[in-house]
Amino acid sequence: MSTAIAIRARGLTRRFGALVAVDGVDLTVGRAQVYGFLGPNGSGKSTTIRMLCGLLSPSAGDIEVLGLQIPQQAEQLKRRIGYMTQKFSLYEDLSVQENLEFLAAVQDLPRAAARARIQELLARYWLADRRRQLAGTLSGGQKQRLALAGAVLHKPELLFLDEPTSAVDPQSRREFWDSLFELTDAGTTLLVSTHYMDEAERCHRLAILDQGRLVADGAPRELCEALPYAVWLVDCAAPRRAQLVLQGQDGIVALAQIGAELRVLAADAAWNAERLTGHLRESGIEAQVRRGAANLEDVFVAATRKPATDAAAAGAAA
Amino acid sequence: MSLRRLFSIVLKELRQLRRDRLTFAMIVGIPTMQLLLFGFAINLDVRHLDAAVLDQAGTMRSRELVAELAASQVLTLREALSSPQQLDEALRQGRISVGLVIPADFENRLERGDRPAVQLVVDGSDQVVQQAARQLAAYPLAHLRGQSAATASMEVVNFYNPERRAPVNTVPGLVGVILTMTMVMFTAMALVRERERGNLEMLIATPVSPWELTVGKVLPFVGIGLVQVSLVLALGKLIFAVPLRGSLLDVYLAALLFIIACLALGVFLSTLARSQFQAMQLAFFTFLPQILLSGFMFPYAGMPRAAQWLAEILPMTHFLRLIRGIALRGATLADLWIELVALAVFSALMLGIAVTRVHKRLD
Repeated sequence: MSTAIAIRARGLTRRFGALVAVDGVDLTVGRAQVYGFLGPNGSGKSTTIRMLCGLLSPSAGDIEVLGLQIPQQAEQLKRRIGYMTQKFSLYEDLSVQENLEFLAAVQDLPRAAARARIQELLARYWLADRRRQLAGTLSGGQKQRLALAGAVLHKPELLFLDEPTSAVDPQSRREFWDSLFELTDAGTTLLVSTHYMDEAERCHRLAILDQGRLVADGAPRELCEALPYAVWLVDCAAPRRAQLVLQGQDGIVALAQIGAELRVLAADAAWNAERLTGHLRESGIEAQVRRGAANLEDVFVAATRKPATDAAAAGAAA
Repeated sequence: MSLRRLFSIVLKELRQLRRDRLTFAMIVGIPTMQLLLFGFAINLDVRHLDAAVLDQAGTMRSRELVAELAASQVLTLREALSSPQQLDEALRQGRISVGLVIPADFENRLERGDRPAVQLVVDGSDQVVQQAARQLAAYPLAHLRGQSAATASMEVVNFYNPERRAPVNTVPGLVGVILTMTMVMFTAMALVRERERGNLEMLIATPVSPWELTVGKVLPFVGIGLVQVSLVLALGKLIFAVPLRGSLLDVYLAALLFIIACLALGVFLSTLARSQFQAMQLAFFTFLPQILLSGFMFPYAGMPRAAQWLAEILPMTHFLRLIRGIALRGATLADLWIELVALAVFSALMLGIAVTRVHKRLD
């Protein structure tokens, strides 16, 4: 069983002075899958990844990665992982080829093997005709493919990617994700942080982080199905006014206008289609209400809003 | 430590350096510019001080003395004064920096030899003038006195720089100044750059050790430092005819040890700085005391005791003694072994402190 697990963390905590960046996170990541970290900026995604790589020591908690105790055995781990940083971290004043040659030497690849591997990666990531170009002059998508090539040069078992697609156009993002699934097919485990919902939906499993805490985890579909709220789509002439009417009502978790429609996330027991239409009619708004399917964004909004709705629920109970 | 990794870091550093035109230009530009600046423009030989004469004796011998001093070129006699008040005024207004006062009983004093025959009134606000006047005070007056055996005044004999040409003293010292300026700054900046640009975060997730990285990045600068030494010595010889009396090998060995001391200081500073700009500021912060206290600008012997202690801590002080000793006095490293020890201790200390901090900064 334990061989099928790549990462196991218990009670992972990191404090920076008074700030608790990561707060008691428990994680289990299986092998050969894409595990996503979804969370807003400052939710502790990067800090967690750095601790799992052994770059940062945790303030508290136990970490086991690929069967190694981290941070004690971090040096052994470094030969078996790849790490793609949020910011492009290869040398902008070296050419594509020089960057890869440097990394190959740093990773102790034998010279002949390194040459073959660099050829292979240049071809696979469409960089062969750019090999003499300085990395700093590449486009966003090309830089990112180069960074990926650099991170997988030594065929790591586990690859950490910290917001890999934040500076890349949608087309490049799709191609990039195709490359990631190629890697999992070959048996590599990937841990990817993102704040894009469409990327999160592609992950095998997902952890949602908010203010350093793990607020939900599971497969994207499981998370949607387990959502204790219902999605209602309100079709009316004045969606903006309907939003103001419903704002702040007990049991209404989130409201978002999508085009001409209002998307309502509401507690299952408190609201249904009749109550919504009735409530809006009292304010003089005629509306058609139908049930919608929960998506990952609803899960995310519900999970990261939890403390506020708990407080509201407690207020309603009293 | 893996040699392959070390070599790959050196290679990467050289490739980056080749593309960094500004740094590349500085490696050659700073030594050349400074050599020309210090060699030509900054001339500490004092000549032609503006002076005035207040001759209250008005005898033949007093006029003889005035004519002789004027011929020495140290003083340029601008005016002849008739009262002490005029002298006061001329000094205060800055028209002159030296006043030569020949008292009415000049002849008498000269005969008896118990009191100074002539008074030099000096603008003490300028150290260079003071220095020059002190030498002037030693001007031999014996021949004016006739055949008197005991000469009251002292003769200054300049041994190693008889023509007292400034470049002879300046150029070897300049090797120290240029190395201090460039080596400390380049290393501190090169190391911080890796962190500032985010490369470090990627590198520490690889098997590279902090020491491979540090040594690999610093090694190219050893070579660059030696190139700079050669450049300054060659230009010094070609343009200013600065002699090299000791062994060239000794010069290079001393320079090598000094370069290592500078690089160690640079590595240490890099652990304090968060950005390349801070690294540069810190480098300048250590550069100033070195240029002021090392004996390059002002004589070590003239400094107060506390400043001398401080100077002993600075690597440039020891290097200046080494290079001046070897290049000008023809000394050998064995003669100056204590300075080598001082440099070695400094390097070891700096690297020692840096070791503890390099580990910390990776967390």
